[in-house]
Amino acid sequence: MRAFFALIRRELVLALRHAGDSVASLLFFVIAASLFAFAIGPSEQVLAGIAPGVVWVIALLAALLPLNRLFAADYEDGALDQLMVSGLPASAVAFGKIIGHWLTTGLPLLIIAGPVAIMLRLDDAAVPQLLLTLLPGTILLSLVGGMSAAVTLGARGGTVLLPLIALPLMIPALIFGAAGAVATHPLSEFAMLLGLLALFLPMAPLAAGAALRAAVS
Amino acid sequence: MLEARSLAAIRGERLVFRDVSFRLAAGGALLLVGPNGAGKSSLIRLLAGLTPPAAGALLWDDQDALDDPPLHATRLVFVGHMDAIKPGLTVADNLGLARRRSRADIVAALATVDLERFADLPARLLSSGQRRRLALSRLALSSAPLWLLDEPTTGLDAASVRRLEANFARHRAGGGMIIAATHLPLDLPGSAGLDLSRAGS
Repeated sequence: MRAFFALIRRELVLALRHAGDSVASLLFFVIAASLFAFAIGPSEQVLAGIAPGVVWVIALLAALLPLNRLFAADYEDGALDQLMVSGLPASAVAFGKIIGHWLTTGLPLLIIAGPVAIMLRLDDAAVPQLLLTLLPGTILLSLVGGMSAAVTLGARGGTVLLPLIALPLMIPALIFGAAGAVATHPLSEFAMLLGLLALFLPMAPLAAGAALRAAVS
Repeated sequence: MLEARSLAAIRGERLVFRDVSFRLAAGGALLLVGPNGAGKSSLIRLLAGLTPPAAGALLWDDQDALDDPPLHATRLVFVGHMDAIKPGLTVADNLGLARRRSRADIVAALATVDLERFADLPARLLSSGQRRRLALSRLALSSAPLWLLDEPTTGLDAASVRRLEANFARHRAGGGMIIAATHLPLDLPGSAGLDLSRAGS
């Protein structure tokens, strides 16, 4: 367990030193959202109607940005070999790095999603419900994205392959997340999001761990 | 005690080596030699549990070592041909990255490779030989008995090689084991040699 927390601490230290990656995905999130406002115009009715869906889609794309470096940076400089012989199972290495991705990308996106939604003229009262769907949503993004990043590690054209694998897998979460953000009684949508979480929480680290083992061998 | 029984490795579609067997007792050292492509790195990675063997068995105290890779990993330190150094961090922070260490431990480890003067320098400013020495300083931070080294002396000057040989001698005197793959002459008194060029197909 100590080695696992040491791994998460390592991810946070590296993210702080190379803050550019996390900041870039946050800036992308804000800029892409404002592009919608510029393109569609400031009409409150239109913008407020599409705001939850836009925030969800852009959060998904922004979380993808740092994913291609999630394992690749360590793979290229040999640090992944060291992690694999650190005494942690491969799935724990993958899970630790996925948690690192959520803490350095998902959590900041979650924090900034509220102001971005208000910028898109979403009613203040609707913001908490949107954030509540984004909480399991960003965790799912990190799990599915981390799994896809591990699977494409070392593959030729992995950078292109990664979104092609991750985005289709995120469609269920997107459907129920964006629907749950606007539904009057979003109980079933939340149940579906939690169901997806129950599926990917054990599966993604195991699959990513197996992919990491294959990548270093 | 580490024992390899007719290990074989396949990379791509090609058999790299087969029927590699050896025994290594506490305090022993094994030098892997052979031309490029003979499978020295493959064997080191196999012994580290990174690559599964295509055939054969690896035993630690007569138990299958690769049965439980995380447990096997606690017995070894692996220094591959890549240095695993983060250029944005200082030399000391690089050593404290994998696990939090006290400053004294880090400086002591750096002293074994004569890098303690550069502890607070960003690692990107190190020369390739100094990067190699920083990678080798991880050996001093671990108490694992088995050192697996892939070309440890590449890029090192003569004084650093002698310092490394002294570290090897100290580790073996304490009951440690060393397996090193190298092209360059390395003074490991009483070490066994394993020529992989004859183990190929």
